[in-house]
Amino acid sequence: MGYRRDTEPKACEITPEAIWQERRQVLSALLLGGASAIISPTAHADAAPSGRLLPAPRNPAFVAQEPPNSWVDATTYNNFYEFGTDKSDPARNAGTLRPAPWSVTIGGEAQLRGTFALDDLLKPHPLEERIYRLRCVEAWSMVIPWIGFPLAALIQRFKPTSKAKYVAFTTLQDPVQMPGQRSGVLDWPYVEGLRIDEATHPLAFLAVGLYGRVLPNQSGAPLRLVVPWKYGFKSAKSIVRIDFLEHAPKTTWAVSNPREYGFYANVNPAVDHPRWSQKTERAIGAGLFAPRRATRPFNGYSEVASLYTGMDLAQWF
Amino acid sequence: MVLSRQRGTYLLGKTAAHLGAATPLALLVLQVLQRPESLGANPIAALTDQLGLWALRLLLLTLTITPLRLWTQHSAWLRYRRLLGLWAAAYAALHLLMYVAVDQRFAGSVLLEDVIKRPWITLGLATALLLLALSVTSTRALMRRLGRRWQTLHYAIYPAAVGALWHYAWQVKKDLRAPLTYAALFVLLMALRLAKRSFRARFAPAITPGRT
Repeated sequence: MGYRRDTEPKACEITPEAIWQERRQVLSALLLGGASAIISPTAHADAAPSGRLLPAPRNPAFVAQEPPNSWVDATTYNNFYEFGTDKSDPARNAGTLRPAPWSVTIGGEAQLRGTFALDDLLKPHPLEERIYRLRCVEAWSMVIPWIGFPLAALIQRFKPTSKAKYVAFTTLQDPVQMPGQRSGVLDWPYVEGLRIDEATHPLAFLAVGLYGRVLPNQSGAPLRLVVPWKYGFKSAKSIVRIDFLEHAPKTTWAVSNPREYGFYANVNPAVDHPRWSQKTERAIGAGLFAPRRATRPFNGYSEVASLYTGMDLAQWF
Repeated sequence: MVLSRQRGTYLLGKTAAHLGAATPLALLVLQVLQRPESLGANPIAALTDQLGLWALRLLLLTLTITPLRLWTQHSAWLRYRRLLGLWAAAYAALHLLMYVAVDQRFAGSVLLEDVIKRPWITLGLATALLLLALSVTSTRALMRRLGRRWQTLHYAIYPAAVGALWHYAWQVKKDLRAPLTYAALFVLLMALRLAKRSFRARFAPAITPGRT
């Protein structure tokens, strides 16, 4: 079945890397001459994308119409509490993570199970690029070109049994590599989950790269989930376990504050966070004087609505 | 013009205090103009947070004047109290303005809903209004005119400080370490006042006829 988007993607909407790198060079040259020395520097990744190149063809069926954010925005403004609770912390502190060698354990209600070296796990899956909107529960948003493969393809490979109603994703737990885990701010390890029909939806994606490069550590290297119609915290990073379960897993934020964070966490302007509105969002990178943007149901991915037919989304938030 | 030495020290101290209080604002303005990317990917949130934090810091600094005076027995500290309080109110006003004008762009219905439905915003607004009320009644003329009622009114700086701390802690997603650190400082400042009072009550009741 064909996959329909709200709007046709246009190749011209994506700034070629060479051009925006050049813009950045001009900018930094200008700024070096400024009175910048006395201004306190904040965390800065390289202005130009870095890391091993990971070329992959773009899948035109999954290209957001909004222009992608800059590499710097996407890699210096992160919520990844394993490296600190400030959004500049992950870029600063994630250097201690060792994304290779890496192995992932597949367990639970599936015919095939086991622990696999990451390369072996990835080998059968051709990589593609998808440009997805990302909406954080904190009411800001970005647009990111991910590289990876559909989660459904991996799930099929391991042949979940009829008992497999949910899929749980577990992040690495290692306070040496992840210094933020020395604090008790969340229950470690970080666990997220999806219903199996959500997990096998064509939009659900496993990412190993962004901006044509392998994932930088602060973005969830070497393997992370991307579920673009849900708030960002559902997209578990640095995954070491994928489990097929009969019952819904206890997910980290829902355990941490069940009043504020639910299992579903679908982007929904009609259901406010108890402490702030979800009706609008601040588009990162739009500049100091840009207005907020209206948030759309399911972050604009209305094709997932049928997954929730008959459910009261205010109750199952 | 010849200045007396005392007057010279007085002016120097006040100028230094003004400059010190204005420096964070000047640096933020410079950052916006010269290196906006140094504010990070979300400059509006960064500016709002920084202005709010400096309002809180200056408010706590205002509240250190009384313990300094009590423990050093120098009333000269008092001349910095209003100045610091006014700067705290100025940062609070700019913090509020960032939210109302830059972030929400005067979107009346959103602002109204926020104030009604979100207690931490209600509390933040109440705190800012309290600080503004203290600012406009801080003139010497009003101080004289209101007499004892002026003092009573200006005790409102204590609920304002609690309001500011609570507002800060309430909007944090999970990590309460920073707001709790500021709250601990506030408790320390209050303890220093009480400690001095009980110290005096025990050892030298005769030399404190007036209230402070």
